[in-house]
Amino acid sequence: MTFLIKGVSLLGGEPTDLLLRDGVVAEAGTGVSAAGAQVIDADGLVALPGLVDLHTHLREPGREDAETVETGSRAAALGGYTAVCAMANTEPVADTAGVVEQVWRLGRRAGLVDVQPVGAVTVGLRGEHLAELGAMATSAAAVRIFSDDGHCVSDPRLMRRALEYVQAFDGTVAQHAEEPRLTENAQMHEGEISARLGLTGWPAVAEEAIIARDVLLAEHVGARLHICHVSTAGSVEILRAAKARGVRVSAEVTPHHLLLTDERTTTYDPVFKVNPPLRTGADVAALRQAVADGVIDAIATDHAPHTVEDKECEWAYARPGMLGLQTALPVALEVFGQQWDLIAERMSRAPARLAGLDGHGRHPATGEPANLTLVDPTARVSVDATAQASRSRNTPFARMTLPGRVVATFLRGEPTVLDGKASR
Amino acid sequence: MSRHLLSAADLDADEATAVLDTAAEMANVAGREVKKLPTLRGRTVVNLFYEDSTRTRISFEAAAKRLSADVINFSAKGSSVAKGESLKDTALTLQAMGADAVVIRHGASGAPHRLADWVDGSVINAGDGTHEHPTQALLDAYTMRARLGRLAGLKVAIVGDVLHSRVARSNVLLLHTLGAHVTLVAPPTLLPVGVGAWPADTSFDLDAVLPSSDVVMMLRVQRERMGDSFFPSVREYSRRYGLDGARMRQLPAHAIVMHPGPMIRGMEIAPEVADSPRSTITEQVTNGVSVRMAVLYLLLGGMNQ
Ligand SMILES: [Zn+2]
Repeated sequence: MTFLIKGVSLLGGEPTDLLLRDGVVAEAGTGVSAAGAQVIDADGLVALPGLVDLHTHLREPGREDAETVETGSRAAALGGYTAVCAMANTEPVADTAGVVEQVWRLGRRAGLVDVQPVGAVTVGLRGEHLAELGAMATSAAAVRIFSDDGHCVSDPRLMRRALEYVQAFDGTVAQHAEEPRLTENAQMHEGEISARLGLTGWPAVAEEAIIARDVLLAEHVGARLHICHVSTAGSVEILRAAKARGVRVSAEVTPHHLLLTDERTTTYDPVFKVNPPLRTGADVAALRQAVADGVIDAIATDHAPHTVEDKECEWAYARPGMLGLQTALPVALEVFGQQWDLIAERMSRAPARLAGLDGHGRHPATGEPANLTLVDPTARVSVDATAQASRSRNTPFARMTLPGRVVATFLRGEPTVLDGKASR
Repeated sequence: MSRHLLSAADLDADEATAVLDTAAEMANVAGREVKKLPTLRGRTVVNLFYEDSTRTRISFEAAAKRLSADVINFSAKGSSVAKGESLKDTALTLQAMGADAVVIRHGASGAPHRLADWVDGSVINAGDGTHEHPTQALLDAYTMRARLGRLAGLKVAIVGDVLHSRVARSNVLLLHTLGAHVTLVAPPTLLPVGVGAWPADTSFDLDAVLPSSDVVMMLRVQRERMGDSFFPSVREYSRRYGLDGARMRQLPAHAIVMHPGPMIRGMEIAPEVADSPRSTITEQVTNGVSVRMAVLYLLLGGMNQ
């Protein structure tokens, strides 16, 4: 199928026509015509390179009652994504070539986004022995990012070894920075609100101590390091200093940490329970600044579907995590406004680079892979928890009205979303 | 008053005073030969207890019965609750039973708030995790007022495991509302990060606080806290923060000693202190019934009708 997108604004620029044929942008310019092409009137729409998520929990295999590769892929496409990195904390854990290949194949079969599996760093996420990282790297899934996400690789010697070892195949260790002894039974950000609510605190220092340590380890062995879901102002300062002296560290932040604070906890509604927890307004301000000035490289969703039973309960008994794929772009627009180049960099180009996804994060110019998304920037949409493509409904943004609506998403020239609806 | 009593902060000064005044009237009823009032006849009060707390459950049960309410005890042991039924499903059951009030004790902070979203009746927090225990604070305030004649301007020292204490949280909020001045006394490990935002002073030095205190409230300290390195040993804790006879004698002559119970004699309080005339421990139990009658009365049958 050939598509001719008429009059779209590339990253907010002048109206342009894009001809998508054979998986690539065949032509870009004004007055483009093509016989037999399906024409899409994109007047008023903005084209972005297809979004890339560094941090998605698809739950399959093991918790298909919360999400499957297919339902998560659909949510991703509807959110404007063309690639997602699927985290390893499935059941069984994605700690072998067999499991990462299974996830990769499920992604191919769903065909709505490129599903790039993340491999576990340690066997069973237990933090004791390295998983067969090389086997995962050379598998069909070609794993490049390794993470025990959900758990911290807290043993400093094991973390050092992992950082060193993955250099053999250009891998990156993505750390879920959480000092486990400082966060035993932790329920929310430790501060004035946790004191009032009588919920065990998750102190900022538990994140910052691990980031500081790992930055030093990465510096010592000369390895690359990625930090998942940075949530505190102190973490930003550690990263800023590390980057300034040339440490090869990258970092991501979630949409929810850019918009919401621990004030949300006061209802005790576990839809706001997440790990790391929602922080203070000062942290939110520091994270926004870090996204703007590049200390934080990427916005990543940490899309974490959970069943109703795991959320409609007492706060302490609820699982941590929030949906994110369908709301990430609207939240970014809400926070940063129509800074299209910034949004393209943090939500597409940088994550594609970090994940080694060469076909993604490319400006939609002639000859480039046709992975792109079309956004209506003037639309304002009220988030409906019951209308998510995800199998779960644990969005913290329910009933909020956010700017921007994804009208179409193209994966290698084929629409995965058209008129705001998934193609399958 | 609002429909629920989830936090001591739900009450403003007038409402809290109304509870205490109503409790005083209820106490007169308790002194009469026929101890029952017909006020809540035909109304159903459910005691939903996820934690064992015989004394609190019995206190609420006695309060409801003296107001002629039908009482259903729904305890965790031997019920569907123990078999893993979710709080939400239990709430729907209570809703179907037509509960007019649910008194809930739960190990998880905020469980009463969740319940209040799912039932139409009034929810009364009878202690949730390490959050609050508002009727305990009301009975403590009642006891202080009965003994000392006022609350405004009183200096109240709350001593012990503030970090894990729902009694401390509710007392700080209510006493502040009623014009008393609270000082929290604890080792730094047992004060929460963020306590600076509370309407209370803090001190690590019990001996410095006692001479100017009108009320000393001793909190229970669980031995297990020692294993988590909140303090090195029971002996060191009681030497620094326990209330023994010598410390009690530092108090002004009129000062009273309170404890929400159950107390650990020899840990936070010496037997000599617990049994002294300053101690209000048994009055607190008696006053608990009157105060809970007042709360049920005001939430279910009182001013709103
Ligand atoms: Zn994580």
